[in-house]
Amino acid sequence: MHDFSQAMALAVSMIATLDDGLMQIVGLSLRVSLTAVAAATLIGLPLGAAVAALIFPGRRAVAIVLNTLMGLPPVVVGLVVYLLLSRSGPFGVLGLLFTPTAMIVAQTVMIVPIVASLSRQTVEDLLVEYDDLLRVTGAGPFRRLATLLSEARWSLVTTVLAGFGRASAEVGAVMIVGGNIEHVTRVMTTAIALETSKGDLPMALALGLVLMTLSLAVNLAASLLKETGERA
Amino acid sequence: MLRRSFVLGVAAAALTGLIQTAVPSAASAADRFITVASTTSTEDSGLFGSILPKFTAKTGIEVRVVAKGTGQAIDLAKRGDADVLFVHHKPSEEKFVAEGFSTLRKPVMYNDFVIVGPATDPAGIRGGKDVAAALSKIATAKAPFVSRGDDSGTHKAELALWKTASLDPAKAEPKESWYRSIGQGMGPTLNTAAAMNGYTLTDRGTWLNFKNRGPLTVLVESDKRLFNQYGAMLVNPAKFAHIKAADGQAFVDWLVSAEGQKAIADYTINGEQLFFPNANEPGA
Repeated sequence: MHDFSQAMALAVSMIATLDDGLMQIVGLSLRVSLTAVAAATLIGLPLGAAVAALIFPGRRAVAIVLNTLMGLPPVVVGLVVYLLLSRSGPFGVLGLLFTPTAMIVAQTVMIVPIVASLSRQTVEDLLVEYDDLLRVTGAGPFRRLATLLSEARWSLVTTVLAGFGRASAEVGAVMIVGGNIEHVTRVMTTAIALETSKGDLPMALALGLVLMTLSLAVNLAASLLKETGERA
Repeated sequence: MLRRSFVLGVAAAALTGLIQTAVPSAASAADRFITVASTTSTEDSGLFGSILPKFTAKTGIEVRVVAKGTGQAIDLAKRGDADVLFVHHKPSEEKFVAEGFSTLRKPVMYNDFVIVGPATDPAGIRGGKDVAAALSKIATAKAPFVSRGDDSGTHKAELALWKTASLDPAKAEPKESWYRSIGQGMGPTLNTAAAMNGYTLTDRGTWLNFKNRGPLTVLVESDKRLFNQYGAMLVNPAKFAHIKAADGQAFVDWLVSAEGQKAIADYTINGEQLFFPNANEPGA
């Protein structure tokens, strides 16, 4: 139990003193994961809605593939993005390996299937209610998707949060494509892995608690947003 | 109206995020930096944290270290993803040069390995100075031994040491259940050894900086065969046009300069020197 109380005390003191090194790591974690979530939302929501509400050949197959990709192992995503961005890879000239941008790319690839799959389900459920109406008003496909997504917007907050949860918690992909470089690509999860490998378990655990606190803050903000929006 | 503003809102938020991301990375790309592929031992022991600021203060070149096992670090450099390679396995380094990935390897320093194990020492190796004899005793006692198993410099050194004892537990058939290859870095290997009361081979630097020792203590040290040589080299700019040759070479040159060598010698933990500069030793 000593380890846990020590970790708790460390976590509280780090948050209370706004430790400089920690703030930098927290800032980068948020920047990387929130940007990845934003990009995945832009891609995933329309994609999910399209699979749910438009008729096209192979629609079922796409839905199943998206569901499967929700289970993409982060290490595999990291490896693939690494090979693509490596100087010897097809996108090597961009020089993106070991930068925050590479980490955003990897996390986006990882969470697009989550956002797309979950939003497909939400929109599909909603369609039962709205199908007739949309047909009567003669809405085109673009209009159709926009209407459904807009009507489902508050349910989709949870979908986006699921994506954020996966992005902010994973370590395998960002470790490979970011390289855990101090002050450049070190985020919460890779810092936790580093402290664990130094055998500083209380510090690792304390960082874990800070990460959970951060997640709590993001979820709280989303929940408030959702509540206010639903009431309006 | 609400619909449109929602869609626009999402788009705007996403774009702002993307722009914010793009701007700082563009700004930092303008800074002078080199990428060094190195090993967990130099990073985890705190050596880089001590010497790199001195180099950066003198030259204005930031050093970004990607710390991996030696095998992985070499692979990374071979893909052109690092400007400088700084590792510890001389045969692999010489092969790297022979294959044209670098034109010159420079010896920089050495440290040493130690065998750590539980204080209860079931194999009875404590205080021995002969590493081959100690390994034989561990094998005879069938005491748990945790191997890195990750193609790192330490892993390669461990395999070579078993050979000096005329043993090869990694390839033994049937499998030796006391020999546990875990495929992880030095820190996780020490965590595992501590948790299973096992023996393992570690570099002294990582050990001194390691906090979760549990029952582990140093049992065998100071055998000449436990010395561990580090070499640094610029990745060949003729292979990869983007290699920062001038700045990378400046770093390698600094490491072997009197100033760099002194910075390495000056790094201590609890008064104990970890790395011994030997850039001028012939054949190192």
